[in-house]
Amino acid sequence: MGEGAGEGELPMSIKVRVPTPLRQVTGGLADVEAAAPSVAECLQELESRFPGFQERVLDETGEVRRFVNLFVNGEDIRFLDGLDTPLKSGDELSIVPAMAGGA
Amino acid sequence: MQTNGHARALTLDQIRRYQRQIIMPEVGSTGQRKLLDSSVLLVGAGGLGSPAALYLAAAGVGKMGIVDFDVVDLSNLHRQILHGHSDIGRPKVESAADRLREINPDLVLATYNEPITSYNAFDIIGPYDVVVNGTDNFPTRYLVNDACYFLRKPLVDGMIFRFEGQATVFQPGSGCYRCLFPSPPPPGAVPSCAEAGVLGVLPGIIGSIQAVEAIKLILGEGAPLVNRLLIFDSLPMEFRQVKIRKDPSCPVCGDEPSITELIDYEEFCGGPAASALS
Repeated sequence: MGEGAGEGELPMSIKVRVPTPLRQVTGGLADVEAAAPSVAECLQELESRFPGFQERVLDETGEVRRFVNLFVNGEDIRFLDGLDTPLKSGDELSIVPAMAGGA
Repeated sequence: MQTNGHARALTLDQIRRYQRQIIMPEVGSTGQRKLLDSSVLLVGAGGLGSPAALYLAAAGVGKMGIVDFDVVDLSNLHRQILHGHSDIGRPKVESAADRLREINPDLVLATYNEPITSYNAFDIIGPYDVVVNGTDNFPTRYLVNDACYFLRKPLVDGMIFRFEGQATVFQPGSGCYRCLFPSPPPPGAVPSCAEAGVLGVLPGIIGSIQAVEAIKLILGEGAPLVNRLLIFDSLPMEFRQVKIRKDPSCPVCGDEPSITELIDYEEFCGGPAASALS
């Protein structure tokens, strides 16, 4: 439990929804639990657990790739605080890549 | 939706054919007439286009256009239910036309056995009320999005990858595909175009959702999937949604658009499994 966590408070838990193409780095996991105070730190945590995760979401300059979108509780982080968007326990972070398939 | 002067009464055969949807108050004979007077363009007669075309023809959409330059291959048949074993080697638009006319002989059908490009996109899309996108590659996805925006056509979009799919509706003025994904992934970002596979049923679900949305747009009933991206994952069997917004900085439909004409992107990855991140 982090500093300042109140008595009886549950450990922080963010639910990360992993899209199909990224599941090859999460060992097939579609949902991953994380504990981080912002989207950027959440991606760092996931990178430490699943090497290669972050580079598939962020480009060389650390920005979200243009063919990937991140949503916190269904809201696009581009319309929130971007990668600085804060996370709290119970939040859901969805990673949604462009998909081309249709045939 | 085009109407031919005063609304014509339905024929007895039409009443019998469509009675199960006419009896619903959301459709009625007025709604059925809207469907019969409507036109829908399907880009792709493959996984998504198959169920969408079948259901739209059955529902009584009066005019349908189908664009596809491919021929039927044995490996298509586990998911592309417009086509059968005896169609192998035939142009998909021909196979589709036979099947759709069998389902509804009243359907007026136009087939385009050619790739859709910047040269023909406006001519092909122009005559239709609604566009259903069932393409299998990024260049066509962006081309169809941009053309629909420039022509102010509603676009019912769907995408599939393995066990997962997405669907949404872009209505002119409410945002477009580029508000969500401003540009296609660069060639290097899609390292492998090898078949990653798709569950045969998956396009059946997403393509059917596209048919529902097209019918709702024509009828003017219900809440279309506008500003919402529906995400379906068949492994945990979950539907969820995220909000999508019109982006003021969108290169096509934003306040200061940088793209004002159609673009033919390099065909860097045309496989059905193409996906960013893979």
